[in-house]
Amino acid sequence: MALPTVFRRRAGSALRYTVLTSGAVVMLAPLIWMVFAGFKTLPEILTVPPTILPNGWAFDNFISVLRDTPFVRYFFNSVLVAAITVGSVLITSSMAGYAFAKFDFPGKNILFVLVLATLMIPFQVRVIPLYVLASDLDLLDSYVGLVLPGLVDAFGIFLMRQFMQSIPSDLIDAARVDGASEPRIFLKIVLPLAKPALSALAIFTLVASWESFLWPLLVVSSPDKFTLPLGLAQFSGRFITRVDLQMAASTLTVLPLLIVFLFMQRRFIEGMATSGMK
Amino acid sequence: MSAGAPSKTRAFRPAKLRKGNSVKRRQAKWAYVFLSPAILLFLVTVIYPMLRSLQYSFFKWPLGNAKKTFIGFDNYQKLLFQDDLFHTSVKNTLYFTILTVIPTIAIALGLALLLNSKQLRGRGVFRTIYFIPVVTSLVAVSYVWRWLLEPTFGLVNTALGWIGIDGPGWLADPGWAMEGVIGMTIWRDVGYYMVIFLAGLQTIPKEIHEAASIDGANAWQRFRRVTFPLLNPSIVLAAIIGVIYGLQLFTQVYVMTGTPSKLPGGPLNSTTSVVLFIVQQAFRPLEMGYSSAAAILLFLLIMVVTLVQLKVVQRKFEY
Repeated sequence: MALPTVFRRRAGSALRYTVLTSGAVVMLAPLIWMVFAGFKTLPEILTVPPTILPNGWAFDNFISVLRDTPFVRYFFNSVLVAAITVGSVLITSSMAGYAFAKFDFPGKNILFVLVLATLMIPFQVRVIPLYVLASDLDLLDSYVGLVLPGLVDAFGIFLMRQFMQSIPSDLIDAARVDGASEPRIFLKIVLPLAKPALSALAIFTLVASWESFLWPLLVVSSPDKFTLPLGLAQFSGRFITRVDLQMAASTLTVLPLLIVFLFMQRRFIEGMATSGMK
Repeated sequence: MSAGAPSKTRAFRPAKLRKGNSVKRRQAKWAYVFLSPAILLFLVTVIYPMLRSLQYSFFKWPLGNAKKTFIGFDNYQKLLFQDDLFHTSVKNTLYFTILTVIPTIAIALGLALLLNSKQLRGRGVFRTIYFIPVVTSLVAVSYVWRWLLEPTFGLVNTALGWIGIDGPGWLADPGWAMEGVIGMTIWRDVGYYMVIFLAGLQTIPKEIHEAASIDGANAWQRFRRVTFPLLNPSIVLAAIIGVIYGLQLFTQVYVMTGTPSKLPGGPLNSTTSVVLFIVQQAFRPLEMGYSSAAAILLFLLIMVVTLVQLKVVQRKFEY
C-alpha cells in the first residue's frame, strides 16, 4: 500500500519542479536576452534563427551608450529624486500616521477618511493641473518640479497609522509622565518601534520613484535633468533601430535597482508584500 | 482597524485624568503639528489639482492660451457620445485590464501554491527569480519586449516556431498588438502577486489543512474549501490593485508602440489607452479642458469599478 503513495508523491514533486523550472526560464529569458544582446553586434542580433550567446564579450555597445549619453548623470538624477521622495514620504507619513494612531483631536475622522479617499485618485487625473501649477510656479524643468507630486503618499500614511496602532499607548504615556517632550517621544520611542513599517514603506517608495515615467516625461525637458527611465526612452528614440545600443542602455538602466534587490531580497519582498498597493 | 482599543486603556491614565481639558487641548495641538506637513502637501499636490481638474473640464482651454471659455458639459458630451477615439481607448483599456488581471492572478496563485511548501528545495531561489521582473525598469523591459515580439527574428516567434506555431505580427498587427502589451505586463507583474499570495498562504494555520485531510478531503477539496476562502482577502486585494493599475495603462504602450515619427497607440489605435488619450489631448491639440474631462471620467471609472469589485468579489466568496 505504501508504494503507490510514495510513487505519487515523487511524480507530483517532479511535476512541481518541471513547472517551476519552465516558469523560471520564461521569467529570466527576456532579461538574459537583453544582457546578451547588449554584447552582440547589430547583424548578430538580426540573424535568423537568433543566437543565444554572443560571439564575443565586447563592451563596445556599453561604451558608446556611456559616451554618447550622460547616463551617469541620469543615474544620479534618479538617485537624487528617489532620495528626496523617500525622505519626504517617510517623514510626512510617519508624523501623520502617528497623529492618526495615537492622538484624539477634533476632525480626526473626517481627515482620515479624506486621506483614504485620495488613495482612489490616480495620479493621471491630477497630472494636467499639476503641470499647469508647475508651469505657473516656474517649476517646469527643475528638480523641485520633478519631485513635487511624490512628496506625500496617502498609502504611506495609512500604512504607518495601521502599524503605529500596535505600539502600546502606555509606553508613550509613561514617557509623558517622565516629562519627555512630544517631538522627543516621537523621535526616541515611536520611530524606533516603527522601523519595520518604515523600511517597507521606504522600499516601496523607492521602487515607485525609480519607475516614475509619465511625470518626468511631461515636466522635464533638458537632458541634464533626465531621470534614468526618461534618459533611456530619449536615447532609444534617437537610435530607434539600433537594438544593440538599446539593449546595452536597458541593461544599464535595469542594473542598479536589481543589484540593490539582490542584496536585500528578503526586505524587498516583504516590503512589497506588506505595502501591496499603488 | 482597532480604533476602539485606546478607550480601554484611558482608565489607567491618572495623569491625564487629573489635568483634563488642558491636556486634551495640548494633545490636539501636537496632533495638528504632526499632521501639518502631510496635510499641506496634500492640499498642494492632490486636493488643489483634483478640484482644478474638475473646473477645467467645464472649459474650452487651449494650453498656453490665457482665455478659458465656459462651455458647461460640452466636453463630457463630446467624449461620451461623439469621440470615437475616446471610446476606443476605453475599450482598449478595459480589454487590457481584464486580460492582464485574471491571468496574472491565476498564474500567481498557482505559483504561490506550488512554492508554499517548506520541504521544497530551492524555494527561495524560485521566489527570487519570479520576483526579479518586478524590480526591473518598466521602460527598459518595454524596449526589451518590443524586440522580443519582433515578428521575424524576435525570441517569442522563434520559440513559437519550435513548437510549430507560426507567430503573429504582434506589435505590427492591430489584431495582436494589445496582446503583446498584455503578455509583457503579465510577465512583469506575476511575481508581485505571487508574493502577496505567499504572504497570505503563510497566515493559514497548518492545523486546518491537517484536520481537513483527516476528514478525508482530497487536495482539490482542500484548496476549494479551505485555502481559497481563507486566501480571499489577498485575492480581493490583488484584484483591486490589479484593476486600478490596469486602468492606468500608459508606459508600456508609450514605449512599445511609439517611434519618433509615429505616435504611440498604434497600429490603427489598437493600443491607445485612456491615459495615453488624456496626455495626447492635453499636449497635442493642446486642449486642457477636454483632456481634464477625460481624466475625470477615468477617475469615475476607476472608482465605480473598484466599488463594484469590493461588493461583488466579497459577496461571491463569503464563507
